Amino acid sequence: MIPELGQLALILALLLAGMQCVLPLIGAVTGNMTWVRVGRPTAYASGLFVLLGFIALTISFVQQDFSVVYVATNSNSLLPLHYRFTAVWGGHEGSLLLWTLVLSMWTVAVALFSRNLPEIFLGRVMAVMGLISIGFLSFMLFTSNPFQRHLPGLPEGNDLNPLLQDIGMIVHPPLLYMGYVGLAVAFAFAVAALMEGRMDSRWVKWSRPWTNLAWAFLTIGITLGSWWAYYELGWGGWWFWDPVENGSFMPWLAATALIHSQAVTEKRGAFKNWTILLSLSAFSLSLLGTFLVRSGVITSVHAFASDPERGIFILAFLGVISGGSLALFAIRSAKLNSGGTFTLASRETLLLSNNLIFSVTTVMVLLGTLFPLIAEAFNWGKVSLGPPYFGFMFFIMMIPAIALMPLGPFSHWKQDNARRWFDNSIWIMLLTLVGAAAIYAAMMSFSPELIVWTSDDFLGKAWQFLKPWLGMVGALWVMLMTLKWTIDYVRKARARNAPLSRGLLGMATAHFGVGVFLIGVTMVISSSTEKDIRMADGESFDVKGYLFTFVGTDRYQGPNYLADRGHFEITYDGDYVSSLYPEKRSYLSGGDIMTEAAVDAGAFRDLFVSLGEPLTDDRDVWSVRIYHKPFIRWIWLGGLIIMLGGILAATDRRYLSRRTEETSKTVPERAVT
Amino acid sequence: MTPTRKRRVYMILIIIMGVTTAVSLMLAAMNKNMEFFYDPSQVAAGEAPVDQLIRVGGMVVEGSIVRTSNTLLTQFDVTDNAHSMTVSYTGILPDLFREGQGIIAKGKMNDTGQFIAAEVLAKHDETYMPPEVASAMKNKAAQP
Repeated sequence: MIPELGQLALILALLLAGMQCVLPLIGAVTGNMTWVRVGRPTAYASGLFVLLGFIALTISFVQQDFSVVYVATNSNSLLPLHYRFTAVWGGHEGSLLLWTLVLSMWTVAVALFSRNLPEIFLGRVMAVMGLISIGFLSFMLFTSNPFQRHLPGLPEGNDLNPLLQDIGMIVHPPLLYMGYVGLAVAFAFAVAALMEGRMDSRWVKWSRPWTNLAWAFLTIGITLGSWWAYYELGWGGWWFWDPVENGSFMPWLAATALIHSQAVTEKRGAFKNWTILLSLSAFSLSLLGTFLVRSGVITSVHAFASDPERGIFILAFLGVISGGSLALFAIRSAKLNSGGTFTLASRETLLLSNNLIFSVTTVMVLLGTLFPLIAEAFNWGKVSLGPPYFGFMFFIMMIPAIALMPLGPFSHWKQDNARRWFDNSIWIMLLTLVGAAAIYAAMMSFSPELIVWTSDDFLGKAWQFLKPWLGMVGALWVMLMTLKWTIDYVRKARARNAPLSRGLLGMATAHFGVGVFLIGVTMVISSSTEKDIRMADGESFDVKGYLFTFVGTDRYQGPNYLADRGHFEITYDGDYVSSLYPEKRSYLSGGDIMTEAAVDAGAFRDLFVSLGEPLTDDRDVWSVRIYHKPFIRWIWLGGLIIMLGGILAATDRRYLSRRTEETSKTVPERAVT
Repeated sequence: MTPTRKRRVYMILIIIMGVTTAVSLMLAAMNKNMEFFYDPSQVAAGEAPVDQLIRVGGMVVEGSIVRTSNTLLTQFDVTDNAHSMTVSYTGILPDLFREGQGIIAKGKMNDTGQFIAAEVLAKHDETYMPPEVASAMKNKAAQP
């Protein structure tokens, strides 16, 4: 009964989304305001029914209704209760339902908080959101119905993929989807502005808080994914340039360019084309990411539940959404005037370089990710691009980005002079160079293996030698300059008794987070130790002064698995540091083997141990993975700080005003410094 | 030229230079990091280059996994149902590595015709088959 109700709810949601899409558009053309106003209530109703559908699926999981095919494939009678909730999005159908639910929540949020927007504009936004909703609801109902029955019911379920039986998986997908799907709002605002043919800076102001919020969620979603991969995949890496990771990273890069371009358009009226184009491409890249994850067209180590047939549907939908919006853009773009002028040394130029760098980087990642498909199409054979391609390109692209980033806040709009930037930053620059050298020297004394010079591959070695120093310079430069700017800004605001702008503080916070992230990356890349070794009971192994002693393993039974649990004692200079218990689990349902790494986390270093496999029959000798990862927490801490910056900026007072927008026809074109 | 025009020309020149540099770097990096995929039949036919980073893949042959007791060296055969080849790997294999599973190994052929893997990839989904492996096996099945 419950699954049928869920099914019914989704069908009703689809019908309501249809009304939400079509009626406001007709109303806008014919000038029938009643029809235009239909957008909001239908969005609420459609959202409610999607939520009911989601609840129905959750109930089916909690009650273990194995007559529902999706539940039977992704659950098992032994599955602990809390994982039954998360199993809802553990497979393809449920992921789609979550995607749709998140889309509905964003739509409802826009409908709730944008009541002060002109009615026709809001009607059009609702229509576009409705269209996206139609796409996903019909995709779900026609090709991947989560409520499909298998009668008579199966006695036992297949089980949730053990990798997903983890706290990281409970929070990672919803947050990532919040970001992915949130970009639909920026997309809908841009399309609505294009339809209206009024592409001034007004719509950008309305779109900014939503874009910032979506970007913040995307940031934390990606960060959590990285953290989960680190301890759950058992390899101890934090980023692999895997197609699925790239799928989430491309929209982030485009959205990063977008939030900067929006600033220029709102404040100065320039870059209007760019802002629209980036709004369209950020969401298109989200759809592309969904396609890559769901279709499995490219070899990826963590594309779950892939199915090429279904991928085609997403690809077609992607074609309609991005092709349609780009066509609209092509028709309308002639009407765009280029807006505010500016000189070479100005904040606009700096933001323009941000846009160029991030757009080129997006294209770089996109080409690299799709390379196997491109090569196949041109008959170049089965080729893929290795992670070094991405690593090298990204590094090169980020050098100018990091160098210019801290100057942005200091610069003036429209006209500035480079001399002033120099005067403003020369002391910090010197401090950065000296500080980085000092830190580097300290690092060297801890990791003397860095200075082993060999005559062969001199360049490679020199590069390895230079890279950590460059990373440190970048991190210090960003952090110190951002701190200086913040102090200056707060002092000036105090002196004038002016309120602090959350937008600006958010920007500074996010920039500072980039510095923290850079420190983490630099340290992890330059001085991690990774050892795969063979260890027998009682043996010890030394990594960077930490002595890992393998005490032994025991076997125990978990709720739905059997595990070998290793016991490691770690000491440093004879002092006790911690005990770690990595596990090798064998899940009872399908015999899946899972590695549970054990980590002693610290602000300055992580000690990571995971069990490989038993090398003898009596299980007293194991292959063991031991890592020492300095500062790896700073990578995720940086991501967290960047997210906070995004949220801070999104809650700027300017966006929260309840004033009806129609009264202010033009945004004042004054220069804000 | 008016000063505004002049500035615009400079700006465009800078942008073109930047984008050109980025694109040429990208092409160079692509060239250097291409990993070609070879199936066991191609390797058997001697098509795989020696000492160059490539990917090979296929199904792990039943009963072919040989472990050494005092190092982490493992040897196993992969097959595309027509030919099979031996892969040597030192290190910890992924959890889903097992007989009958489709895997991809990244590494180099040495001059004695052995494949030394630096990395072995198996998926986190037991029903998964890497697209390259699936198509290699399909092609072989089609040929009598």
